[in-house]
Amino acid sequence: MDVALFVTCLTDTFYPRVGTAVVRVLRHFGCRVHFPTGQTCCGQPAYNSGFHAEAAALLRRMTAVFAGYEHVVTPSASCATMVKRHGPALLADDPAAHAAALDLAARTQEFTRFLRDVLHVNIAAHLRLREPATYHYPCHARAEYEAADLRGWLAAAGPPAEPAHPDLCCGFGGLFAVDLPEVSTAMLGDKLDSLRAAGASLIISNEAACTLQLEGGAHRRGLPLRFQHIAEVLAESLGLLPPDGGADA
Amino acid sequence: MTASDLRARLAAGTRAARVVAAVHQATWRKVAQRDAALAALPHAAALRDRAAEIRAHVLARLPDYLEQFVAQATARGAQVHCAPDAEAAVRIITELAVRRGLRLAVKAKSMTSEEIGLNAALERAGLRVVETDLGEFIVQLDRDRPSHIIAPIIHKDRRQVAETLVRALGCRYTEDPTELTQIARRHLRDIFRRCDLGITGVNFAVAETGTLVLCTNEGNGRMCVSRPRVHVALLGIEKLIPRLADLPVLLKLIARASTGQPLGAYTTLITGPRRPGDPDGPEELHVVLLDHGRSRILAGPHRDILRCIRCGACLNACPVYRNVGGHAYASVYPGPIGSVLAPLLDGPSHADLPRASSLCGACLDACPVKIDIPQRLVALRAEHRARRPRAPRVGVRLWAWVMRRPWLYRLGQRVLRQMVRDDGDGFARRGPGWLALWTAGRDLRRPPARSFRALWNEELRDER
Repeated sequence: MDVALFVTCLTDTFYPRVGTAVVRVLRHFGCRVHFPTGQTCCGQPAYNSGFHAEAAALLRRMTAVFAGYEHVVTPSASCATMVKRHGPALLADDPAAHAAALDLAARTQEFTRFLRDVLHVNIAAHLRLREPATYHYPCHARAEYEAADLRGWLAAAGPPAEPAHPDLCCGFGGLFAVDLPEVSTAMLGDKLDSLRAAGASLIISNEAACTLQLEGGAHRRGLPLRFQHIAEVLAESLGLLPPDGGADA
Repeated sequence: MTASDLRARLAAGTRAARVVAAVHQATWRKVAQRDAALAALPHAAALRDRAAEIRAHVLARLPDYLEQFVAQATARGAQVHCAPDAEAAVRIITELAVRRGLRLAVKAKSMTSEEIGLNAALERAGLRVVETDLGEFIVQLDRDRPSHIIAPIIHKDRRQVAETLVRALGCRYTEDPTELTQIARRHLRDIFRRCDLGITGVNFAVAETGTLVLCTNEGNGRMCVSRPRVHVALLGIEKLIPRLADLPVLLKLIARASTGQPLGAYTTLITGPRRPGDPDGPEELHVVLLDHGRSRILAGPHRDILRCIRCGACLNACPVYRNVGGHAYASVYPGPIGSVLAPLLDGPSHADLPRASSLCGACLDACPVKIDIPQRLVALRAEHRARRPRAPRVGVRLWAWVMRRPWLYRLGQRVLRQMVRDDGDGFARRGPGWLALWTAGRDLRRPPARSFRALWNEELRDER
């Protein structure tokens, strides 16, 4: 099966190891992975901030860059939400662009959904956890496009460590994080408290943006928490990545 | 109001530690109570669907239902007044009070009356106005403003309430909630004995029968509509429901969403003034139908927001509200619902409020009538984007320009890595330029030397 990887700008820039993990896991399960190098950003930050002309221009690019691939897979739940839910509406004024956006929306899947729904992989059966782990749901995806069943998979892999408030937002929110930084970091503090209450040392998510926020907050506070994408956990479990290879692995 | 005002207000909100602690405690408790109440309610999801349908249906045919309501209410002896705006509503109520020589008004809790600034106008006309909801009573004694649409003093702890009552009523100091309530109750009983005007809002108005429905918890609402000789009900035109049969659907949800109660302690249905033989009730019932921007909202893209039944669940669920408190919004309606309503009702002065959200969707999950508040916030941000300060406007345009050129994007990645200097542990504690907005409260991971696309080109593409 041919798969185009939409790695997203944040994962490309800050978390290349996540991209590596996605590629190796997809190959492990029999996919031919392509990486269209023209890709940049889906336009989500502009869209959320109300700059819809700018977002529409980037989304148009997306439809061209990923034209022709049967499947487009992304490790980011919120970028998948952007493409699947908001993209078509954003280009509604132009029939050809709208059709292209609808087509891209139908072909795009968040990584874990693709594994589960298209490749029919039993994710829980492959997970090997070496330490107490809990999860963070990216809420843009939770509310709008049920991306993953992290809770269920972790529970199947071992006794689940439940955050105090599992659905609580990390406070990132796109430009919100720097537009209203005091509120964003106050929300971050609440989220970190909730995660610490779970008693886990590893926090698993499927969203680079939340991880950037959570990890930055935990590091500032000196908390002994590690953050990984579910693709990294899966790749390590399958022996496709060495354990905790560090940022440059 | 400028952008920096919003940031400054919200930042000040996050620093008010005592308020933030009180609001955290109260909102988490309410969220837990709501979750438990809905979990125990059979067919909760279907009821929520039905409630959303009822409210959407009313809005789609509002002129018809308004006509029916006015005809029914009038036939049962109510006097209905139409107020196109806040000024008209205030004038109608003030004039009818002055003309009848009314002196002492008791009020049940009404956010709509806050919206039109009724108390101040009545006081200027020489009336004494007493808030009889315990929370609103404390707000009034403190010359404060409600910071939550259901729990007006959610920003205060019990010590502050005790101090207020001691100062205002000269009672002895106690922090015991029951004693505090008794003190306020005794004070208000005397007011109720002497009052001649009762003012209430309306939770639902039934078009089929002309009935007004009040949901309260303290019994004060019932006193306000039974004791005084004149009752004025201030009714936002969007609060209609078609039939009495629709009421149970909404009653099952409003208290659960609000406070986690199966039903509020008092649900009062009022159809017309006192009839011959009735033991109590007002001689005159006036219904003031308030538009104040609602028909304009109804005709525009944000119509769904008028489904709101003012339960406050979105405030309790909102992580922004929880961290800044209601006063930081500087609008009558705070929280997620306020961030949509305030710019629509009051225009440009609140155009910055839609930014006060991470769009996490907790409000949508909590809403008993399924209003997609995040979607409204994004739409309002788009409408008001020209009001944003220059830096973000130019910044987003520049960013989008770069993102349309992959070579510039790759260059940008390298520049970012050069800008973010770490302390040897992969994280920057102080970012330069606008990155300082990030590092003010959290560290920033330094982008690794090789981006994913570099890894792909160098190794991954040809792996195995």
